[in-house]
Formats: sequence, C-alpha cells, structure tokens
Amino acid sequence: MNRSLVFKLLSAVLVFGAWEIGGRIPISYAFPTFLESMEAFARMAFDGTLLRAYAETLKPLVLGVAISALLGIGFGLWIGLSARSEWFFSPIFIVMQAAPLAALIPLLVMAYGIGLTSKVFVVCIMAMPVIVLNTAGAVRNTPASLKEMGQSFLADDRQILLKIVIPAASPVIFSGLRLGVSAGFIGAVLAELKITPTGVGDIISYSRSIADYPSMYAAIFSIILLAVLFLNLLEKLENVLFEGNNRGYVSD
Amino acid sequence: MSQTESSFAGAQRLGPDSAVSVRGVSKTYGAVEALRNMSLEFPRGQLTSLLGPSGCGKTTLLKIIAGLIPADEGEVEVNGTKIAGPGNDRAFVFQDFALLPWANVLRNVAFGLELRGVAKSEREAVAERYIRNVGLAGFEKSFPHELSGGMRQRVGLARALSVNADVLLLDEPFSAVDEQTRRKFQEDLLALVANENKTFIFVTHSIEEAVYVSDQIAILLARPSRVSEIIRPSSFREKGVENIRRDPEYLDIVDQIWASLRSYVE
Repeated sequence: MNRSLVFKLLSAVLVFGAWEIGGRIPISYAFPTFLESMEAFARMAFDGTLLRAYAETLKPLVLGVAISALLGIGFGLWIGLSARSEWFFSPIFIVMQAAPLAALIPLLVMAYGIGLTSKVFVVCIMAMPVIVLNTAGAVRNTPASLKEMGQSFLADDRQILLKIVIPAASPVIFSGLRLGVSAGFIGAVLAELKITPTGVGDIISYSRSIADYPSMYAAIFSIILLAVLFLNLLEKLENVLFEGNNRGYVSD
Repeated sequence: MSQTESSFAGAQRLGPDSAVSVRGVSKTYGAVEALRNMSLEFPRGQLTSLLGPSGCGKTTLLKIIAGLIPADEGEVEVNGTKIAGPGNDRAFVFQDFALLPWANVLRNVAFGLELRGVAKSEREAVAERYIRNVGLAGFEKSFPHELSGGMRQRVGLARALSVNADVLLLDEPFSAVDEQTRRKFQEDLLALVANENKTFIFVTHSIEEAVYVSDQIAILLARPSRVSEIIRPSSFREKGVENIRRDPEYLDIVDQIWASLRSYVE
C-alpha cells in the first residue's frame, strides 16, 4: 500500500473522528454525529431519495459547469490574447466574482423565472469568473522565449496558440477549472436553497425544517463527496492531456 | 557568355563567400538607439562571434538576423536573399534553452520539424539521430526538468540542428551552464563547425570563449552600437583543441580584446 493512500485515510479518520466527537458532546442539538449522518446517508442512498434528488440537482450543475468551462476558457483566451478585449470584458468578470450573489438572486428570478435558466445562471456566475480570470492571466504570462522559439521555427499564429500558449497555460487553466467547478457546486446548492427547493437543496431545507439533522448533513456530505470525486476526475484528465504538467517546471 | 561576363562571374567569387550579410541595419527602442548603421559579413561555413560589453546590441543584431525583430533601416541577406522574417535557412539556439516543459526530449528536438508538418515517424527518426549526435542517447523520454542545464542546452542544440538550416544562430548558449560543461561544449562546437558545413553566428560576453571557438570575432561597442574591430585568428585553429589555450596567438588576442574593451566596462 502506498504512502499517499495511508495519509489520505489517516486524514479522513481524523476529520470524521472529530465530527463524531463533536456530535457526541454535543456542541449543538442541531449537529448530529458522523455515524448518525452516515446512517441517514445510507438510508437515503438505498431508498432512492438521493438518486431522485441528484437527477434534479445535476441538471443545472452539469449544464452550468459545462457552459462555464467552455465559455470561460474561450473568453479567457480571448482576454489574454488581446488587450482591447481585456479592457472590455475583464471588468464584467471581476464584478461577477465580487457580486454578493445571494442578494442578486431575486433579480435573476424576476428576469428568468424560477426554472432551470435561473439556476444555471447562478452556477455560471459562481463558476465562470475564476475560470476566465485564471485562463486570461495564464495566457498573458506565456514565457516570451517560448513564443520566440515558436516564431523562429516558423510556427504560424494558430500553431503558437495550440502548441505553445495553451499547453503553457494549462496548469493554471486547470487550477482555475478546479476552483470554478467547486464554486459551481456551491452555486447549484445555493440556487436550490434560494430559488426553488428541488433536489439536494430540497433535502437540506426540508430535513432542517423537520429537525431531521442527520439527513440534512448527509445531503451536504453527499454534495461534497461528489465535488471531490469530480475534482479528482479533472486531475486525471489533466494528467492524460498534459503529461508533463505533474512533473514540475524547468526553472533554476 | 562573352569573355567579359565570364571573367566578372569569376571575379564575384573572389574573397570569402558570405552566408549572411548585414547592411546598414539600424534599430531604436523608443529613445534608446540599439544599433546604428551596422554592417557585417558572415563568411560561409565559419563561426563568427559577436562580442562586446552588455548593451552593445549583440543580441538585438542576432534577433534581427533571425527575423524575430524587424530592423528599422537596412537589410539582412541570407544566401543572397533579403529576409522578411524567420526562415527555414536559419535556426536559433536560446540562452534560456526555451524547451517545452510539458514535452519530452524527443518531442522537443522534433518540435521544429513538427511545426513544419513533417510526419511523426519521419521527424522522430531525424530527432533520434541528432539526440545521439549531441550525446543524449537514452534520454529521449526524459522531461526537461529531469535534465541538467548542460543537457537541456544539448536538447536546444539538437532541435536547431534537426531542422537542417544553413545558419545556426546561438544567443549566449553556454552562459547558463557551469564552467566544466561549458568547456566541453566549446570543444564540441569546434567539432560541429568542422563537420557540419554550416555557418555559425555566436553571441557571447566571454572573451576567452569567443577567441577559443571563432574563425572571426566582431567586437561591438555600445552607444552608438558599432563594429569597432574584426579579428581573424589565423594560426592556432589547426593545432588541436587541447593546445589552443596555451597558444601565444590565442593569449595575445585575448589580451588585445580586453585592452580595447576595458575602457567601455563600467
């Protein structure tokens, strides 16, 4: 068994152990123990509650994250490559990132109703700015000597973009994607708590209203679990696409 | 062909044949005059060093010859044709190596050919040959960060050789490697000049290095940048690499260059 797995397990045991102890003291009557929460998690997983919930939650989540990733990287490349588009677009995304989203949700609801559209918007507003800004920054900071090298070996603009600028920016683009995707998960739950209670948001708000705290924490636990699994998947994708990325950089 | 024409055709071949000619090149960056009316000939099949204090415009001149920077005035001819940008007749070796950190040695060396659309199997065969030539056999699958500075520059050199350009432009290629590696590089470079039948243009700030490797040394001075002197060592090149550093002519030239440069070094 390798060391990193041992440390991962150890860290999980520590966190869950602290949770269990915190629940047993108890620090609050609204804070269930780890085992109670896991019991509720297992119950909801087997009776299909979670399955039905995620069928709802995944719709705005997957749609929003996919739109944010595609548009976000696209906009980021554009902003990074052209100073004029930076002046035009970059303030929009900075405002988007800084805006108090929960307070703006009523505006979105007025404009787009209480359906899927508003929820996708919430996910995008959470996820897109960090993807755009990271991509733009990474593209702008492509090492000048690499671009010069491409030119001197007769690369055209398209080759410089595809074979030099994007691979050079990929580590930072991927770290933007990781941050953006986690923000998107937060956005999906926020939308379901603030717009209409569906899916996981419905489990959270309903079980809180009937004081079924283990179910509430089980639902929160499930969304974190999903986010972690997805981030791991993203890391695998990065390692497949850019083999050299996880091996450090030439610098000394 | 009349007799006059044929005798003129012969007359043009007199003197050293230039692979690269720089004629009246000027370049300013804002208020800073980097090069003023610079003219220089680079004989074919030989190594010419551009040597001078920092700020004398030697790297600027090299990049203008490479076509990476446009000249404000004047022109550069390579093999008798005026250049309008980078071309497949020239290959560049960078001071900071400029290797792709996400690509292994094989792909880095083949990158010049990859950009030219050469098929994968063909370009990798060429790259493997040059990787062996520069002494990196067995490191094809290594990534740049796994190599030492000297080995990285060998990758940069192999990449420049693999596109088979007539003119190799080297921008302080050995300044980022340690002294012992650098000496080995200098010996290898002499072998390369002797065997490859290419024209080398070599920018350096080291007087000893310039005298050791060059057939012709152009001393550049700054503000305004100009060619102050051209030195052609004559006697020690044939005596073997191990005898150069104690040859009287080598030592004299090193002293002479330092004497003319010392007043420009602050």
